[in-house]
Amino acid sequence: MSKHTAKEVLLNPIFANNPIGLQILGICSALAVTSNLNTAIVMSIALTLVTGFSNLFIAMIRTQIPASIRMIVQMVIIASLVIVVDQILKAYAFSLAKQLSVFVGLIITNCIVMGRAEAFAMQNPPWISFLDGIGNGLGYSVMLITLGVVRELFGAGKLFGIEILHLVKDGGWYVPNGMLLLPPSAFFLIGLIIWGLRTWRVEQKEEPAFRMAHQVIEKEAY
Amino acid sequence: MSNKESTGRTLFVALAVSLVASVFVAGSAIALKPVQIENRLLDKQRSILAIAGLGDDDLSSAQVKDLFSSRIKARVVDLSTGEYNDDLDPVTFDPLKAAKDPKTSAALKGSEDLALIKRREQFTTVYMVEKDGQLESLILPIRGYGLWSTLHGFLAIKPDLNTVVGLGFYQHAETPGLGGEVDNPKWRGIWPGKTLFDESGKPVIEIVKGGVDPASPDAGHQVDALAGATLTSNGVDRLLQFWLGEQGFGPYLAKLRQGA
Repeated sequence: MSKHTAKEVLLNPIFANNPIGLQILGICSALAVTSNLNTAIVMSIALTLVTGFSNLFIAMIRTQIPASIRMIVQMVIIASLVIVVDQILKAYAFSLAKQLSVFVGLIITNCIVMGRAEAFAMQNPPWISFLDGIGNGLGYSVMLITLGVVRELFGAGKLFGIEILHLVKDGGWYVPNGMLLLPPSAFFLIGLIIWGLRTWRVEQKEEPAFRMAHQVIEKEAY
Repeated sequence: MSNKESTGRTLFVALAVSLVASVFVAGSAIALKPVQIENRLLDKQRSILAIAGLGDDDLSSAQVKDLFSSRIKARVVDLSTGEYNDDLDPVTFDPLKAAKDPKTSAALKGSEDLALIKRREQFTTVYMVEKDGQLESLILPIRGYGLWSTLHGFLAIKPDLNTVVGLGFYQHAETPGLGGEVDNPKWRGIWPGKTLFDESGKPVIEIVKGGVDPASPDAGHQVDALAGATLTSNGVDRLLQFWLGEQGFGPYLAKLRQGA
């Protein structure tokens, strides 16, 4: 197995192997929490911590986990961490916790956390696994924050709730694009970002799963 | 390797992981509980202030405490007689806890239980905004079942005991984006000014689907339902019928009307 370096596992997921951009994981929460920058950032921090620590703990006991129950053990660790994060948010950021509502709880089912636990932490020592978790969390965060900035700035003319673009309804010049505040707009934005990413880094392009064969029969139908 | 996969070993790992995880989760829940309770109380007070039109959601916690203690007076009311009960301290009395205790609450029969809350407490806390000894608005706690969850909120009314000052829910678990829109400021904004009762004192406030026709004579007590959230809207409609009716604040409001 190839040796992983700290720099590689930490920085690769940001652009070269972005969990949302290349692995296409964690899309659901990326649509749901990015209508403003505040929730996007809190969600990013929460997910980064959960992925990092779940990787750490799973890697610590990876040699002890029987293969037959490894998924359940991973889930227990991830779920516990998510509950702790949720409790901390409820105690110290109550209004944000209310806005994020079910989505903090849904980190449990976020494919990125489970994916890293299964693909990386089960085969690697704790420290490098921890960095891998943080790195993937950062990759997710970069995507979420980009979406949050675009959606809040052009959808509501604000960043962090502070007005940046002067809105028409308050006598300014900017007509906000309300569609950006709705979840489907994040879908289009993610699509555009993936397109951009794959144009910039051509190696991320996937081979088509199958190609159309040349037509050999002259008539279309009989 | 075979040892690691044995049944005994598997059970041991499962137990050990569960044990450590549960200690971890329980520990954090207990350690953070006091802060969370404080937060929940603040959130409730903030919501009372917002519904009474005394502030918005951006108030800092110090401002909330300050405004709440200076402007709002709480009193405990006996729901069945409509009398105040000053033996119970409104600061420490918890109506929701009382509603669970058979000694301080009564079970509701199926036909009475419009709000689907099963038990109604005997005493509850009402809040009053006063200015120079004159009532400015009266804030009544309301709750009832929506689609997934019990909605907890407040209804603020003017001293005529008929006109809505505001309505809001501070705690619920309805679907975000659909039923969850009950706390959308836009929807809350259509409540002020609506009337609750007809001349005979019967609650006539209702939530209607498909928009309110402003020309209709009933428009004053009709509110447009939430789009895509029929069951939550029905829940809000039913819980208002309940809390404004005989089982709810009916006797209390009747007493107040006589006094005025």
